[in-house]
Amino acid sequence: MTGFVCPVPLHSTETVLLGHGSGGKLSSDLLHSVFLPAFANPVLERLEDQAVLEFGSARLAFTTDSFVAKPLFFRGGDIGSLAVHGTVNDLAMCGARPVALSAAFILEEGFPLSDLRRIADSMARAASIAGVTIVTGDTKVVEHGSGDGVYVTTTGIGVVPPGVNLSAAHARPGDAIVLSGAIGDHGIAMLSAREGLELDGEIASDSAPLNGLVEAMLAVTHEVHAMRDPTRGGLASTLNEIARESRVGIVLREDAIPVHAGVRGACEVLGLDPLHVANEGKLVAFVPMQHAAGVVKAMRRHPLGAEAAIIGRVADCDPGMVTMRTVFGTTRIVDVLPGDQLPRIC
Amino acid sequence: MKYLDEYRDSGVAHALASRIRARVTRTWTLMEICGGQTHTIMRYGLPDLLPKEIELVHGPGCPVCVAPLELVDRAIEIASRPGVIFVSYGDMLRVPGSRSDLFQVKAAGGDVRVAYSPMQALKIAAENPGRQVVFFGIGFETTAPANAMAVWQAKRQGLTNFSMLVSHVLVPPAMRIILRSPANRVQAFIAPGHVCTVVGFREYETLAAEFRVPIVVGGFEPVDLLEAIAMLVDQLEDGRAELENQYSRSVTRSGNGPAQQLMDEVFEITDRQWRGIGPIPGSGYRLRDEYAAFDAERLFGASEIRVQEPPECIAALVMQGLKKPVDCPAFGTRCVPERPMGAPMVSSEGACAAYYSYRRHTAEVAR
Repeated sequence: MTGFVCPVPLHSTETVLLGHGSGGKLSSDLLHSVFLPAFANPVLERLEDQAVLEFGSARLAFTTDSFVAKPLFFRGGDIGSLAVHGTVNDLAMCGARPVALSAAFILEEGFPLSDLRRIADSMARAASIAGVTIVTGDTKVVEHGSGDGVYVTTTGIGVVPPGVNLSAAHARPGDAIVLSGAIGDHGIAMLSAREGLELDGEIASDSAPLNGLVEAMLAVTHEVHAMRDPTRGGLASTLNEIARESRVGIVLREDAIPVHAGVRGACEVLGLDPLHVANEGKLVAFVPMQHAAGVVKAMRRHPLGAEAAIIGRVADCDPGMVTMRTVFGTTRIVDVLPGDQLPRIC
Repeated sequence: MKYLDEYRDSGVAHALASRIRARVTRTWTLMEICGGQTHTIMRYGLPDLLPKEIELVHGPGCPVCVAPLELVDRAIEIASRPGVIFVSYGDMLRVPGSRSDLFQVKAAGGDVRVAYSPMQALKIAAENPGRQVVFFGIGFETTAPANAMAVWQAKRQGLTNFSMLVSHVLVPPAMRIILRSPANRVQAFIAPGHVCTVVGFREYETLAAEFRVPIVVGGFEPVDLLEAIAMLVDQLEDGRAELENQYSRSVTRSGNGPAQQLMDEVFEITDRQWRGIGPIPGSGYRLRDEYAAFDAERLFGASEIRVQEPPECIAALVMQGLKKPVDCPAFGTRCVPERPMGAPMVSSEGACAAYYSYRRHTAEVAR
């Protein structure tokens, strides 16, 4: 061989790829190679979905999220309700009571005002249901062709009640893992709307504000260790993050994880794994075993937790790894995807 | 879910595993051909259910994995041209060529789109008469009918801006290579159910007789695969070498006649290069001369691209069942799904990727 022929591996890329936004390993690479070194500070480095800042005895939760949705309107919601729910949920996942949101819009020249009104009305409705107000905002307009109609960024603040101390690093061996309901609805609803797939059954996004459900859970016990909403990258990515941050092993039971028949069917056809499909109205919580039954009972009384179930437990073996006991009693790994989940050829 | 749950039933699976345990008297090495089957075996942890005498090795039936590097480079080259809309099945986008992949072409401004069927590409061509639309037509016999249909329709509709970069590969010639190898360890095969749904299994009867090797056409659900393994173990223990059809709910002896007619109308047999294995004579399809106007390779004057596989990669040995993914020193360290070194780590259906995704924990124990 003359000289070094670069073989197959593409070790790095000098441009942004779509996969950098997938919530998988590429997203994590971007965070670790660009943003963490630039902004280095202890609050950010905790890598929670929100920052918790202390002011005297008060603790404020603070978070921000940008929303791009194709299509803008879909079964079960639209970019507006999604933008409110997403930020409300990021606040709720540290146990905070959401108080106020900001909303910033990047609009594309030529975007119909009727659609924008529809989105604003939807945001107002979602905020009212979640019990937050939208108190400040901003708009910018870009040239026709430079955006997908509208991008929305919401930022939120909330108050963390005393005695609540949730963190992705706090899961402990012996914790029960509680999931609030069936997975994959949002991702499949979006995919089917975007690609014009003619799927049987009408799958709607599960987009919803989870702060009420979280309040009901914390009313049972403040001793919930960790909570996350499994959005991009699905339940698999979220559980891998918690396993890594808490340095524990996670063992799931395949037969305990609820998946609606329509989502299962769509995933079969498309070669996707529901564990990797996005949710926008589900949470997964790590609860000490002695409180698990009580928490699940309280969740099931709430409309957003009717299908709540214990789906696994935290183990003290295989730290950082998520494994699953299959319906056959065998074991397999549940991994994070490198980038976006790609439909298979056959 | 109907038509699925009964093939994922734990009781049935355990009963089949007991039947296999009761029957087996010595070690046997079985190969499942298709990457979809490998995926199911790993996802459901089937090796844990089987007696230790049964070794499963994983065949070359992952279309993404065996697509040669030079083909990926050619696709990248065409997709990078201004004015081209390049349409592909999703999992080809991440496959690295020698320097780049289709995702990076897209990031650099190329118009690369994901489709679920070649008919979508046809629609894009009709909607964009001023642009050249190229579909990446790869796969085994399974995807050939849909690709043939797209080309046939394009000709019928008189489209002048649609073409296909064809690199279809065929299963039986690859099985012959494995069986003829002096180092071959495979004693029985699970033949690919979807491929046989299209082409039937007459050619596999010939293989079973010619090489005195048991072959069972198998499905893709865990119960299908366990049943196929049980049937193969029965044959091996009986000293039989026949073709049997486990996947009879989908596969018939002569297959799908109209699909075969269409494939024969549009494609002809050609030699193909297999990534990780090398050239195999008569192992693929190309477009017939009558359809030359839709052949992206002829249309875009595909330049001769020659590239070299990394010497460390043992893909050829893995895909012939001679080595396990965990036998490779690069497995899980220098070679992982986000930085694949070779073919079987590329697609989720590749043997190395399936091991990495589902069985790394036991792989670590096994080392």
